[in-house]
This record gives sequence, C-alpha cells and structure tokens, in this order.
Amino acid sequence: MMLTIKNLHVEIEGKEIIRGLDLEIKAGEVHAIMGPNGTGKSTLANVIAGKEGIYKVTEGEIIYKGMNLLEMPVEVRAREGIFLGFQYPVEIPGVSITNFMRTAINEIRQYKGLEQISAGDFLKKMEKAKKLVEIQSKLTNRSVNEGFSGGEKKKNEIFQMAMLEPELAILDETDSGLDIDALKIVANGVNTLRSKDNAIIVITHYQRLLDYIVPDFVHVLFNGRIVKSGGKELALQLEEKGYDWLKEEAQP
Amino acid sequence: MMKTTTEMSSLKDTMLRLYEEHRSAIFGNDNDVMTGRRESAMASFRKTGFPHKKLENWRNTDISGIIDLPYHYYFRPTFKKGIDLKRIFQCNIPNLQTDMVSQLNGWYISENGPLKKERNGVIVGSLEAVRREFPDLIAKHYGRYARDEKNGFVALNNAFAQDGVFILVPDNVKVTAPIQLVNIIHHDRNIFVQNHNLIILGKNSSLQLVQCDDSIDQQRSLVNTVTEIFLDENASLDHYKLQNKNDQSALINAVFFHLEKDATLSTNAITLNGGLIRNDHDVKFAGENGKADIMGLYLVDKTQHADNQVFVDHTVPNCHSNELFKGILDDSARGVFNGHVLVRPGAQKTDARQNNKNILLTDKAVINTKPFLEIYADDVKCSHGASIGQMDEEAMFYLRARGIGVDNARLLLMYAFAAEVINYIKIEALKTRVDDMVKKRLRGELSICDQCVLHCSTMEKPVQFDIDMSKI
Repeated sequence: MMLTIKNLHVEIEGKEIIRGLDLEIKAGEVHAIMGPNGTGKSTLANVIAGKEGIYKVTEGEIIYKGMNLLEMPVEVRAREGIFLGFQYPVEIPGVSITNFMRTAINEIRQYKGLEQISAGDFLKKMEKAKKLVEIQSKLTNRSVNEGFSGGEKKKNEIFQMAMLEPELAILDETDSGLDIDALKIVANGVNTLRSKDNAIIVITHYQRLLDYIVPDFVHVLFNGRIVKSGGKELALQLEEKGYDWLKEEAQP
Repeated sequence: MMKTTTEMSSLKDTMLRLYEEHRSAIFGNDNDVMTGRRESAMASFRKTGFPHKKLENWRNTDISGIIDLPYHYYFRPTFKKGIDLKRIFQCNIPNLQTDMVSQLNGWYISENGPLKKERNGVIVGSLEAVRREFPDLIAKHYGRYARDEKNGFVALNNAFAQDGVFILVPDNVKVTAPIQLVNIIHHDRNIFVQNHNLIILGKNSSLQLVQCDDSIDQQRSLVNTVTEIFLDENASLDHYKLQNKNDQSALINAVFFHLEKDATLSTNAITLNGGLIRNDHDVKFAGENGKADIMGLYLVDKTQHADNQVFVDHTVPNCHSNELFKGILDDSARGVFNGHVLVRPGAQKTDARQNNKNILLTDKAVINTKPFLEIYADDVKCSHGASIGQMDEEAMFYLRARGIGVDNARLLLMYAFAAEVINYIKIEALKTRVDDMVKKRLRGELSICDQCVLHCSTMEKPVQFDIDMSKI
C-alpha cells in the first residue's frame, strides 16, 4: 500500500473540516475525489502535502510508504515523492522557473544520495516536459507564475510534475479555470505521466476532467467524510443526479 | 603632524574651535570664492549644529552616540608620500577594468602626481591640487550643489573639506572604462574624516562611476563625505555606491546630482555592511527632459543602521524620476527610507515614481519608511508605495512542496527580492561581483571576513552557492 489514511480528523481554527476519513491508495491507481464546495477536498490535499499553519490534525494517521507522513516536514514529503498540484499556484517574482526546478531537482537528488544533475540532462528533461504540456520556452525563463494566465499556471504545475516525477501526485482542482483545449493538454500530460509505479489523486468538482483522466476509483467527499466510493461510473451518476441524493444517504 | 583630538567638549564646539585655530591649513589653496563658501557654510553650521532627532529628516537616525565619541582630526594627510596602497588594499573584482582613484582616510593618493590629464581631455586628480590649478572651475561648481542650509553635516563638510577627488569629463567625451573611487579608512585610532568630491560631466559626455566606501580596521571612525556631481546638457552618468564598512563605523554620505537639459542619471547605492550608514541622495532637475533612476539595496543585520534619504527636485517640466529602494533587515537592524519628491509649480508632465520594499526577518528588526510626494503642478504622473513584510509564507510553502529545504527556500526568496535592484547594474563584472556578495551576505558569510570583502587583500575563495543562480 502506498498511502493509508485512517480515521483522519482535521480542524481549521477550531472547526472540524475532516471528520474521520479513511482512504487507501496503491501504486498504479488513479483516484478521483469529488464533492461539493467546502467539504474538505483541498484541506485533505494540503494536509497530505504538509501545509502548516491553519491545519490541525486532531486524530488519525497517514502512512506513506510505511512512514508516518504527519511527522515529516513539507520538503521531505516532496523528496519522498509527494507532489501537490496547486489549486492556486503561487507567483514568485525574481525566481525563474529554470532555477526553481534545478534547485528542486538537485535537493531531491542530494536527499537520495545522488549527484547533481548535469546541465545537459537537465535541459533534455526540461525540453521533454515543456513539450508534454505544450508550454513555450520563453515561459520557463520567466519568474515562477508571474503574470501567467490561469491556463499557463495550471500547465506549469503539470510541467513541474513531469520534471519531478513524483510517486504520489495530488492534483487539486487542476481543471478549474481551463478552457477545453487547455484541459485536454493538461489531461494528456497527466495520462502520459501515469504509470504502474505512481499513483494520482485527482480532486475536482466536475465530471468533465474525468472524461480525459479516467480514474480507477471515485470517492465522494461530503461533510469531511467519504460517503461513497465506486468506479468511474460513479462520476457519471453524480453528473446526472448531482450530490443531493448522497447527502440524504449520508444522514445518520 | 598637525592633528588634534576632539575630546573634552562637544563635537560642535570642538569643530568651531578647530576652524578658527586651523584657518591657514584649511584655507590653504583657496581662492576668494571658495573661502567665501567656507565662511557661509560655517555660519550655517554654527546655527544648525549637528542634526538631532527633532529634525524630520533625522527623526529615526540617532547620531548622538556618534558625535559623543572622541575623534582625531587631521589637517594633513595621515600617511607619507609614496605610500604603497597595494600593501594594505587591493581591488578584487575579477574582470573589472577600472581606473582606480583612491583616497586613504579622505586624502587623495597620488601615484602619478596629484593631477592626471588624459589625452581625451579627462582630468582626474586631487581636489586639493585642482583648487590651485583650476580656480575658475572650482569657483563655478564647488559648493554650488551641496546645499548646506538644512544639513549640519554638509555644512561642516563644505567648511572643512580640504581634499577629495576631482573628475572632469570634457564636452562630447565618452569615457570607456569605469572610474572607481575608493575611500579606505585605515588608522589605529578613531578618526573623523571629511572629504569632498567634485565630478563634472560636460555636454554630451558619459561616464560610469563606482564609488566604494570601505574600512579595513575595526576603529569607530566617522566619515562625512560630500560628493557633488554636475551633469551638463545631454550628459549621461551611471553611478554606483558600494558600502562595506565595519560594524562600528559611521558613514554620513551625501551625493548631490545636478542635471541640466536632457541629462540621464542612474545611481544605485548598495549597502552590504556598516555600523551606521546614512545616504542622502539629492537629485535636482535644472533642465527639461532629464531622467533619473535612483536605486538602493540595503542588507543589514545585528545592530546595523542604514538610512536612505532621497530628495528629488523637479524644478522644470518633462522630467522623469524613478526611485526603487529595497531592504532586508535581520536581527535588531534598523532601516530608514525617506523619499521626498518635490514637483515645483510649472513642472508639468513630471513623471515621478517612488517605491520602497522591505523584508523584516525578525520581530526586532525595524524599518521606518516614508515615501512622500509634494506636488505643486497639476499635469503630472506621480506614484509612491512602500511595503514591509515578512517572508511570504505561501511562497515558502510552494518552494518547500517541491523539495527545497527551508534554508534554501528562504535564500531563494531573499535573493529574488534583492535581484530586482542588482539587475539594474550595467557593468557586467560589477554585477557578477555584487551578485556573489549579496548571496554571501544572505548566507551570513560576509561577516566572517572582518576586513572589507569587496576589495580586501586577503584572497577569498570563490563563492559556492548551493543554488546555482546562473541561467542555463
């Protein structure tokens, strides 16, 4: 098992957002987490990635590759293969994407006891990743996300995913703000990166993305709990019937 | 040797007394005009004395501890003729081809005589010698731009200064190699130094000037420097100040730029270290279509204090000024920014921008910032802004979520913050060097070197930065 979440409870400023969540993910699987606004989807993504500050885990555990994930600092989680595709990618003026990625790759390599990446290998890797999400060269010389359009920001997240080759990628509403062409490019990128060795969690409101990234499992998050799990057909059911029938089912 | 200590009475009283007692030394090569300027400056100092915290422009910079100290004051050079400067000091900027002009404790060091005349007509020399040889030039420019009625330090300098560097670039001459002015403070006692530089750029001329202030001792010296720079019509000056002084020293530094029609100025003050550093940047547009970029970067820690005061005087229409000052303050360091843009009546179509941004790394670090526009014309474009912040937590999380550790993430963000100012440096070798120094400074490695780092004679190792900032 790559990731095991057991009875997870998370509070934000004293308010319980995640209320006893269980989830198991194996290598090679793609899981979609759906649900209405404010049910804890992004909270879950941020807690797995290790965001500090407002999130307080009050109960439960997350085991990742046999390690207690909640005790690991953000950067160690990343070096161990966890990647969060941000819902709102952060603008960092003055730091070029090239430098950013080279620094990240080298820190990850150092952590694993590997030598620094050569300039040639880095360039090759970058060319490949750029092609994958169809981003232009001039973008990678610019500061991270600065002045990027919504679509460019999301493509840039998948570009980074391709550069860092994570074992567990969590894509937090990667589809929001994308037109259909950009959505196809992003989905195609994710599908190319999909392999038997890595797992992907796709967080989304809409079925639309799941037409392009076909999940193995679909989970519905409601009120801080997974109230229903199923195969890809569950997403279609949600598209047709909305969430209300599940809300009724979820009442104790 | 003629010297005196300033102990036993207030520094103001002492200076008033020294002025009377050493008139012959001070007035040595003066013509009447110059003597007149000294006398009026002294009258002004007698009235104002040293600045104090009740003055708006000195509210956040307390110099009482500095003027309470005893100093040695010299009316003759503190070293013998033929001193080999290279034994105590070497410029260490790889690939930087400059003509270096040095001052030791404020006195011009003449390697090839006190006055050098280049074939293209450029004159570089000691102010002391120029007073003798070109009294008319002195009469025309000296003390003309360094207004002293409001600033006691400038008044005192105008009254006392005996030496400094003089540069004249004739009309239509473009100087190719940058000229570097270095003022080194090196003495076994606390000294009070007052030097006065005068730079004249003729019509359609251009010059790159790098002004360095360094100390290579650990004395608590006080340096009060005034630099007057005259840019005639369509002249262009690219000016840098690099300040890397010991933690005990005090540097009071005022530069007055006078821009005639179509003149272009870019000035960039980079403060890397120093006990108390006060920079007054005074820019006056005297002719239309002038353009000035006024920039600064200060990286201070421990109990260091960096104060930048900018005064831009738009007296005529159609001039453009752009201020950008950025600071990173660590430990209990203090910073001050005071930007004052004055748009006088009739100075229409003025375009003036001001920006001051700061990062405070601790709760104890302090910045007092005051961007300030005073506008008496109705068709102008002016903007001002200031920001004070901690490290951006969202950006930190973003970098760390990609595997970058806390230290490097902080460094990357601080460097990115500083780079905006560094990127304005047009002399490539200087930019590379400053870039290295800023990285070192941000890593906390600069203070390891007690001596000056910019030009120290101890060879340092090349800077290895974990994060390779070079562009591939």
